[in-house]
Amino acid sequence: MYEGPIQDVIEELGRLPGVGPKSAQRIAFHLLNVERADAQRLADAIVAVKDRVRFCARCFNVAEAEECRICRDARRDPRVLCVVEEPRDLMAIEKTSEFRGRYHVLGGAISPIDGVGPEQLRVKELMARLGEEAVEEIVLAMSPNIEGEATASYLARTLKAMDLRVSRIASGLPVGGDLEYADEVTLGRAFAGRTEV
Amino acid sequence: MALYREQGIVLRTTKLGETDRILNVLTQGRGKVRAVAKGVRKPGSRFGGRLEPFGHVDLQLYEGRRGLDIVNQAELITPFDAVRGDWVLSACGSTMVEAADLLAQEHERTTSLFLLLLDGLRQLATVPAQPSVVLDAYLLRLASVAGYHPSLDACAGCGRAGRHEVFHLELGGALCAACAPVGSQPLAEGVLDALAALREADWGLDAAVAPAARRLAGSLVASYLSHHLGRPLAAWELVPR
Ligand SMILES: [Zn+2]
Ligand SMILES: [Zn+2]
Repeated sequence: MYEGPIQDVIEELGRLPGVGPKSAQRIAFHLLNVERADAQRLADAIVAVKDRVRFCARCFNVAEAEECRICRDARRDPRVLCVVEEPRDLMAIEKTSEFRGRYHVLGGAISPIDGVGPEQLRVKELMARLGEEAVEEIVLAMSPNIEGEATASYLARTLKAMDLRVSRIASGLPVGGDLEYADEVTLGRAFAGRTEV
Repeated sequence: MALYREQGIVLRTTKLGETDRILNVLTQGRGKVRAVAKGVRKPGSRFGGRLEPFGHVDLQLYEGRRGLDIVNQAELITPFDAVRGDWVLSACGSTMVEAADLLAQEHERTTSLFLLLLDGLRQLATVPAQPSVVLDAYLLRLASVAGYHPSLDACAGCGRAGRHEVFHLELGGALCAACAPVGSQPLAEGVLDALAALREADWGLDAAVAPAARRLAGSLVASYLSHHLGRPLAAWELVPR
């Protein structure tokens, strides 16, 4: 146990996701050695993200205004809605330049073992949007892991009754990889989701 | 580092660092094992989709320090993909693995628990009409495997035979009028019969069991198990019934 401010910093850092006690200690001592101006910039950036960044009132992406820049962009197709778990998934899809519609960020994924069900996600907000906006198609872009599968299956069931086209992004082989090294689950999915050419 | 091989079922996974995961695996021969799967979250990892929860796997592991082993190789025996792909089945399966995770001790052989979980997942993979009944049957069997076999046909206090209508969580079963503490609430009609039917039946219940009694019996099994595990089952609450 260290004393005073250095211990405070170690404890605060240790609360961050993916930072163990050892890393917290390493970062804390690194901070002790940086210039005061660098430390100040970091502290300001942390405070600014809390003060200035909020969630878009429509899609729950991170935003600097009432609505995020995608929701405000009139060129985006309002008929297609892509549902994602987290803002960082939205950013990853944006980088592909494949999608010209709008988004809905659930703020997580269903994880029964962690006690997270549909009630804890922004599903009600999604349903409200479908009532108000002229959405014709939904793309479910969940991660292909247990939480993502549960979430996509839940939404698919819930949306089934509505007059919408619902699709889920494909999962399969990573580009640049070798087919022979693919595991049977991934290769099986790739087969099941094969497309006509 | 010693290398060993074990068959197991992946109970749960926790993210570690940027690309790794810690797995809780219920093995056939060594009880619960905690192991790191390095790089498993990277696309194109050599483990690929083989180490997801519910997967029945054949693992080769290095014995690590502080009870954390390292996965060296993984072969998939059964992925139970169908259970993961449907959210109701997934919620039932999650409750199954959560209970097994709470019950299993690290490096303490519990083959019966392993076989019960495997059996439970196989039942879910058949896409039963009432997945929650399969879950209730599993939890009831799990209580017995754990040594908390509930007494349903005789008083848990004095052993007097018969269907007694008060259920006592701590004493582990039904109590006769003489043994029941003053002011005990009797169970609703048919609940004890539903429990007995759940115990006897082969992972299902026939239509003769009233839905209300079935649901109450399910809740009773969950409370009973939670009481003895010392914690409520988080996933149980989310199972649609
Ligand atoms: Zn927005
Ligand atoms: Zn008695």
